Amino acid sequence: MSTHDEATLNTNYLTATKGWKSWAFTLDHKRIGLMYLVFVLAAFLAGGIFALLVRTELMSHGPTIVSGPTYNKLFTLHGAIMVFLFIIPSIPASLGNFILPIQLGAKDVAFPKLNLLSFYVYLCGATLTLLSIAHGSVDTGWTFYTPYSLQDPEAATKVLYMTLGVFVLGFSSILTGLNFLVSIHKLRAPGLTWTRLPLFIWGMYATSIMQVLATPVLAITLLMLVFERVFGLGIFDPKLGGDPILFQHFFWFYSHPAVYIMIVPGMAVVSELFATFSRRVIFGYFAVAMSSLGLALVGFIVWAHHMFTSGMSEFANMLFSALTFLVAIPSGVKVFNWTATLYKGSISFAPPMLYALAFLFLFTIGGLTGLFLGTLNTDIHLHDTYFVVAHFHYVMMGGTVIGFIGGLLYWWPKMTGKMYHFGGATVGAWLTFIGFNVTFLSQFVLGSRGMPRRYYDYLPEFESLHRVSTFGAYILASGLFTTAGVLIHSLAKGRAAGRNPWGSVALEWKTQTPPVFQNFEQTPIITKGPYDYHLASDEELVEDLYAPDAAE
Amino acid sequence: MNDTPSSQMPVALSAYAEDVDKVYYLIFWLSVVLFVGIMAAAAYFAISGKRKPGVRAEPTGHHMILELGWTVAPVFILAYLFWVGWKGYLDMSMVPPNALEVRGRAFQWGWDFEYPNGVHSKELKAPLGKPVKMILSSNDVLHAFFVPQFRIKRDTVPGIYATTWFEANKLGEADIFCAEYCGGKGEGDTATGHWAMIGKVKIMPAADFDKFLKEGNGPKEGETVPDWGKRLYADKNCAGCHSTDGAVGAGPSWKGLFGRTEVMSDETKLLADENYIRESILEPQAHIVKGFGPVMPSYKGILQDKEIDAIISYMKTLK
Repeated sequence: MSTHDEATLNTNYLTATKGWKSWAFTLDHKRIGLMYLVFVLAAFLAGGIFALLVRTELMSHGPTIVSGPTYNKLFTLHGAIMVFLFIIPSIPASLGNFILPIQLGAKDVAFPKLNLLSFYVYLCGATLTLLSIAHGSVDTGWTFYTPYSLQDPEAATKVLYMTLGVFVLGFSSILTGLNFLVSIHKLRAPGLTWTRLPLFIWGMYATSIMQVLATPVLAITLLMLVFERVFGLGIFDPKLGGDPILFQHFFWFYSHPAVYIMIVPGMAVVSELFATFSRRVIFGYFAVAMSSLGLALVGFIVWAHHMFTSGMSEFANMLFSALTFLVAIPSGVKVFNWTATLYKGSISFAPPMLYALAFLFLFTIGGLTGLFLGTLNTDIHLHDTYFVVAHFHYVMMGGTVIGFIGGLLYWWPKMTGKMYHFGGATVGAWLTFIGFNVTFLSQFVLGSRGMPRRYYDYLPEFESLHRVSTFGAYILASGLFTTAGVLIHSLAKGRAAGRNPWGSVALEWKTQTPPVFQNFEQTPIITKGPYDYHLASDEELVEDLYAPDAAE
Repeated sequence: MNDTPSSQMPVALSAYAEDVDKVYYLIFWLSVVLFVGIMAAAAYFAISGKRKPGVRAEPTGHHMILELGWTVAPVFILAYLFWVGWKGYLDMSMVPPNALEVRGRAFQWGWDFEYPNGVHSKELKAPLGKPVKMILSSNDVLHAFFVPQFRIKRDTVPGIYATTWFEANKLGEADIFCAEYCGGKGEGDTATGHWAMIGKVKIMPAADFDKFLKEGNGPKEGETVPDWGKRLYADKNCAGCHSTDGAVGAGPSWKGLFGRTEVMSDETKLLADENYIRESILEPQAHIVKGFGPVMPSYKGILQDKEIDAIISYMKTLK
C-alpha cells in the first residue's frame, strides 16, 4: 500500500483508486470484503432458488414439477451451495473482512496478499462446483455419503468436480481464518486490550481457530474420496474392503465444527447489535466472549451425534450423547446474557435490531429442539426426519443467516455510504420472520410424525403440512426479496449516510462513512471498551442517519 | 396407551414407543416453559425499555449469582435428559433372548424380509406380542430401516449386519421408510429411488402369523406358476424398473424379452434364455443390455430357485 500517496490513503476507499484493475488486484480488505459480499449473495440467491424449487415440488403429493432424480439434484445443490458457497464464507469473509480490521483500529488485515488469494481461491472452488453442475450435477446430498457417492461410474466426473470444488473452498476458509488470527493478535490499536475487544472479534477469533483446525480434515477426507474414485483404493467402499462408517466419522469431524463455524459468527454479529441498539455493555461480556471459545472447543468432540443410528457401539452413542448436552451450556449462557442486556436498556427498533430480536427468538427454538436430538431414545425416532431439517434450519438460517442480514443492514451505511429505507427494511424483516416460522415450524411436526428427509414424494397424510411449509417458503422469499430491493434501491437512490447512524460508541463508527482507504487518518488510541455507553457524551450518541450535506 | 396419533407423534404400536413419547413430551413441555419464559422477559424488557429522548440506558452491572445460576442450573436438567434418553435407548438396544429372528434386506429400491423357515415377503409380517429381532443388511448402499409407529430406526450398511428389535403390542399396520438417502434413477412413471422405499408392517395375531409362514413358500392355492411369478414381479420390486408393456424404464422391458437376442454393452450378442435371465437376476452386472446402466441390485439370497423359475415362466407369457 506504500505506493499510494497520503491524499489517496485518506480518500473514501470506494473512489480512492479507479479502474477494474484497482478492484481485481486490490489488497484493501474493504474492497475484498465487498467483492466477497457480491459473490456470497449470488450464491445465496442460487441456493434460495433451488430451495424454492424443492418446496414447490413438495407442495403436492405425487410428481409436481420435476422428476425424482432431478429433485435429488435440486436438494443436493441447495445444500451444497448454501453451506459451502454461502453460509460458511458469509459473515467472516464479507462482513468480517470489512469490519474486523476497522474494529481493531488497523489499516488492513495482517496479510493483505493472502487475503486477495483467499478470494480467488474461493472463486476457483466456486467455478469447479459450477463445472459439476454444467456436467449434469450430482445427486449425493451435500454430505457425499459413501458408498452411494462412489457407486455410479457415470457420475464420477461430476462428483469429482464437486468434491474438488469443496476441497479448494476449504483452503479459502483456512487462509481467511489464519489471517484473522494473526490480525487479532498483532494488529490491535494501542489500548485495545483483550478485554476491550468487541464481541464480534471474539466470535471471529473462535471461528478462525475452528476454520484452521477442522477444515484440513475435510480436505483429507475429500482427497481420500478422490483417491478411492480414481485409483480404486479401498477406504470407504465395502466392495473394495472399505468402511462407509469411517467416511461419516471423517465427514462429521469437520462438518460438526463447521456448524459452529457457521453459527458463532452469527452470534458475534448479534452481540454487537444488542449492545448498539440497547446502548449498554453486553451483560456478562466475559461469559459471552468465553462461550464462543467454549462452543469452538465443544464443537470438536460431538461429531458422532450425527451417527446415533449408524451402527456405532452403544458405548460410543452414550458418550457422544453426554458430550452433546455440553453444547447447551455456552449456548444458553449467550441467550440469557442477550436477554439480560435488554433489561433497562434504551432500546431502538431500527431494522438491524429487529434481526437481533428475531435471532434471539429463532435461535432459542433451534437450540431447544437440539435437546430432542441429543437425547438418545428420541433421536432414534427423529434422526433423518424433517425434525432434523427444521432444527438445523432454525440454527443455520434462523441463526446465522438472520444474523448475517442483521449485520449487513447494520454495517451497510458504513460499507456503501448509503442509507436505506427503514419502512421497507422493516416490512422485509417481518415477512422474513413470519415466513421462516411458517416454513419450518410445520416441518418439526412433519418430522416427529415420521416424514423422512430427502423424499421426492410422500404418503398422502403428510400433504397438508407440506403445503403449509411451501406457502411459508414463498412468504420467506418475499421478505428476502423485499430486503434485497430495499438495499439495491439505497445504492441507486439512497441518501448519503452519516458517520454514525446508530449513535454507537464502537470504533468502526468513528471513522468516515465510507471509511478512508487506510481506515483511520491517524491510528486511533483506545481508552474505553466498545460498549461503554455510560461513559459517552450526549454528542457521541447522536444518530446522524444522513450525511449533513446529503440531498433529500 | 396411545390409540390415536397424538398431535406430534404417530400412533404407538411397539412396547417401547410409549417410553419414547414420554421423553419427547417431557422435553417438549420443558422447552415450551423455557421458551415462553425467555421470550416474555425479552419482550417485556424491549418494550418497557423503548428508547425515550433524554433517557439513558442504565449501566450494565454484574450479577455473579445470576450468571453462575444460569450456567450451573441447566447442567442438572441436561444430565437428567441424558439419563432418561440413555435408559430408553438401552431398552431399544437389548434384544430379548427369546426373540423371533427376521432378516431384513434393503436394496435400491425396496425391502425384502426373510423368516426363519426361509419364507420371504415384501411386506413385513409381525406377530402380535412377540419380540422380533431384525437382522438388517444392505445389498448396495446405505439405507435405514425406519418404522415411525415403533419409534425405531437403524441404518443398514453394506458388509455389516445391523440388529434392532421391536415388540408389536397392537394389531394394525405400520409404515416402513428408508431414512438414509440412497439415490434415484429413471424418468417419468418408471423413476424410482429413496422416496419409493416405503413399505408396510402388518401386525397379525400369532395364529395368523404361523399360517403365513406355512403358506408363504410357494404358489397360493389355485395359483398357477406364471401367476405366482406375476405376483413375485410385483412383490419383489421388479416392476420398479422393468415394464411389461414395452415402456423403457431403468431396465429393459420384459415384453417379448424372453427368446430375443440382445446386444450387450460390450457389443456381443446374447440370447435371453433361462440361463441368461437367471444370471441377470443373481449377477446383474455380468452382462448388461446395451443402453442400460449397471444399476440393478443382485437378488442373490432374496429370490429362491423356485421363485426364479416362476418369474421366468411368467416372463415367457409376456409376448
